[in-house]
Amino acid sequence: MSVAVPSRGLPWTLAIPKPSAMPGFGITFGFALTYLSLIVLIPLAVLVARASGLGFDGIWRVATTPRVLAALEVSFVTSALAALVNAVFGMIVAWVLTRYRFPGRQVLDAAVDLPFALPTAVAGIALAALYAPNGWIGALFQPWGIRIAYTPLGIFIALVFIGLPFVVRTVQPVLQDFDREIEEASATLGATRRQTFLRVVLPALSPALLTGIALAFARAVGEYGSVIFIAGNMPFKSEIAPLLIVAKLEEYDYAGASAIATVMLAISFAALLAINLLQALSRRRLGDA
Amino acid sequence: MRDSATAEGTLARWALIAIAVAFLGLFLALPLLAVFSEALRKGFDAYLASFNDPDTQSSIGLTLLIAAIAVPLNLVFGVCAAWSIAKFDFPGKSLLTSLIDLPFSVSPVVSGLVYVLLFGAKGLLGPSLSDWDFKIIFAVPGVVLATVFVTFPFIARELIPLMQEQGTSEEEAALTLGASGWRTFLTVTLPNVRWALLYGVLLCNARAMGEFGAVSVVSGHIRGLTNTMPLQVEILYNEYNFVAAFAVASLLAGLALLTLVGKSFLEWRYGDGLSAVRRP
Repeated sequence: MSVAVPSRGLPWTLAIPKPSAMPGFGITFGFALTYLSLIVLIPLAVLVARASGLGFDGIWRVATTPRVLAALEVSFVTSALAALVNAVFGMIVAWVLTRYRFPGRQVLDAAVDLPFALPTAVAGIALAALYAPNGWIGALFQPWGIRIAYTPLGIFIALVFIGLPFVVRTVQPVLQDFDREIEEASATLGATRRQTFLRVVLPALSPALLTGIALAFARAVGEYGSVIFIAGNMPFKSEIAPLLIVAKLEEYDYAGASAIATVMLAISFAALLAINLLQALSRRRLGDA
Repeated sequence: MRDSATAEGTLARWALIAIAVAFLGLFLALPLLAVFSEALRKGFDAYLASFNDPDTQSSIGLTLLIAAIAVPLNLVFGVCAAWSIAKFDFPGKSLLTSLIDLPFSVSPVVSGLVYVLLFGAKGLLGPSLSDWDFKIIFAVPGVVLATVFVTFPFIARELIPLMQEQGTSEEEAALTLGASGWRTFLTVTLPNVRWALLYGVLLCNARAMGEFGAVSVVSGHIRGLTNTMPLQVEILYNEYNFVAAFAVASLLAGLALLTLVGKSFLEWRYGDGLSAVRRP
């Protein structure tokens, strides 16, 4: 659903179509571009302009105040952990859905998209109710002195929930198209099932797996609705960066809010870029899997 | 016993299925179950009584209104963008295609923030707006804008790959036979893409009705005026009115389930009419 696989674009030049018999280019292109500019590009440009008005020093000053640093750390660390957990379980789910036939498989397959369809606020209060000390799951951990809701552990749970579909949905199609004959060849040559998986199947899946991890991570860093109900929102402990933006806005501190937003955007774009590079490298090594 | 060299043993297979089912059960089924169980905790009458609250009723009305504005706008945009991108060649096409996906990579909170920076009291256009006595932030227009932003790519991204795949030959045949451009679109293109269009509308609508972060930043949480259903859920929950909060949440959860059913049905029955990534 919101699996946005980045594609590479050419720099803008004047949009003059090659001669074509089809009508309506001017009006459809004109409307699409105007609408895109008004709704998306101009508002985002205003954010960038606002942040650059602060200058690098101004952004740095806001970003390095202890409370902001703590929130950024909570956001990025819990998001990374949640993405890793989703990598492991997402692989297993994708594998089970494509390789095995069992009753209820199609229901399971459809259910994977639930985190995309369920409003985040609904997910948030449901998870908070489940993992609160008196909730169905929270009560199981209470005797052991483990608190899940209102701690960073709760944030982690919510981020696993919202990142769940990404790895499944990026790995699944690749696994579906994977040529079983390669696995047969590997088995014929004497490899055990484990060796075949680790050295033949996994390398071919790794670009898709990395994409899924990156998308889950990027989504988790920006997530707000499902987290704030279960997080407890204690400054320095369980406060996430998006919540801090909301707090700054409530104080009409537009500059502070823009600075945090810019840092968040920059770090998550850097993460996406790094993983794209990694992916390109592994693809080249495998001769375009 | 294993049936071939490329399959796991029966034990490993069932262990993997069990892990997958347990993981999805824990993270998907249980939260969903919790919504309905908490909503009905004090019985069905208390559940129904939650909807007598006029603020809750107006939040349902506002959510329907917002979806009724945001979805058609993004529908028209999606069709225009797909027509120009899929049926014509022009420089910068792939850049345009990736710019359309931009709202998906922006945090919902930042999606709201950009409009506050533009139209808020201390925003770029805020002072001139207040001269005109027209409010966007902390009013319904802001909620609409934020919703349009976060649901922006849904329909376009279903149509573009499908229409690119379909090419232009059918339309060219219709045009050669003398049909007007508009008639060609209505009788040739539209029937070819109708299921993908419906698919996009389904996803767009689900997100439009369920958006929380972006809307929460611009709405100002004014009861009975700018609260959508997700925001009403938050307010009721923070007031410890759990039955009512989960009752409103159960409507949204029902919408999510309907969306999933409709989406799976389209993939199963009309997969050929959807973009390649949606085909089973």
